[in-house]
Amino acid sequence: MIQLTINGQPRQFEAPINVTQLIDHLALHGKRIAIECNGEIVPRSRFSEQMLAHGDQLEVVVAVGGG
Amino acid sequence: MDNLVIAGKTYSSRLLVGTGKYKDFNETRAAVEASGAEIITVAIRRTNIGQNANEPNLLDALPPSKYTLLPNTAGCYTVDDAVRTLRLARELLDGHSLVKLEVLGDPRTLYPNVVETLKAAEILIKEDFQVMVYTSDDPIMAKQLEEMGCVAVMPLASLIGSGMGILNPWNLQIIIDNAKIPVLVDAGVGTASDATIAMELGCDGVLMNTAIAAAQNPVLMASAMRKAVEAGREAYLAGRMAKKLYSASPSSPTEGIIAQAAKKPANGNS
Repeated sequence: MIQLTINGQPRQFEAPINVTQLIDHLALHGKRIAIECNGEIVPRSRFSEQMLAHGDQLEVVVAVGGG
Repeated sequence: MDNLVIAGKTYSSRLLVGTGKYKDFNETRAAVEASGAEIITVAIRRTNIGQNANEPNLLDALPPSKYTLLPNTAGCYTVDDAVRTLRLARELLDGHSLVKLEVLGDPRTLYPNVVETLKAAEILIKEDFQVMVYTSDDPIMAKQLEEMGCVAVMPLASLIGSGMGILNPWNLQIIIDNAKIPVLVDAGVGTASDATIAMELGCDGVLMNTAIAAAQNPVLMASAMRKAVEAGREAYLAGRMAKKLYSASPSSPTEGIIAQAAKKPANGNS
């Protein structure tokens, strides 16, 4: 069991997962998003190779209206 | 053609608009279209996790293929938050490096913290971002941001979202006179005449959000702002007449005015 913090919310997973699996889990596949893990950008090209570890802090962002 | 050039890219519109505070994306899109803006600002925020995954996306309404998106750091109070936000934005927008930096200093006034803004700008420029920077109307700070390598300097006209108009045209004038990069008024415009005044001062452009989004009819106001910016720019280029204090000058010829008619005697006897 690993715990990740995603956008400030704790989430448990049965086994280690990579970023692509996380995106599928969050139903964000195909969405325009960007992801930061522990303060570092995870490039889209590395989503499937980047494994997430217990305690990782993730930020998943989108563009919204703003001035 | 009288174009706006920012970081080597040419734009025909000198009005930049934000995309916040609209009723829905249809209204956002209609207002942006009516404004004629080519550069539009967006904010970067956490996505809703696990709820409403099918909610509409701003970038579907305003595609990056049609507009130059200018991601901002609205709501950031530290160098670290601002820099991280723009790194995420660059990843989100496929390497797009033109950004709007703002580092705020006070939640009540949203006044920029220029000391922190300078630090953030330095980091971002080193990372090859093209930084359009929101700042106070301090001419020395504006010049320092320019010398550091910002691609445009964007002083406030008055507080963000206040609609108070241009409160210190003299400082803006100094900033404009000193700058070799585009100067855009960002924040404080309330109505069309404010935008015109900014452009008449010699600003290269105006960035606004609330003045349009919070109007009773945002789409009509967007159209008004488009004309206001164009009118102000043309007036600036045309060069206004000199002001004559307390001395009038007739617009019509002073020669050839008909003479006063001779008065006829009252009873016709001569």
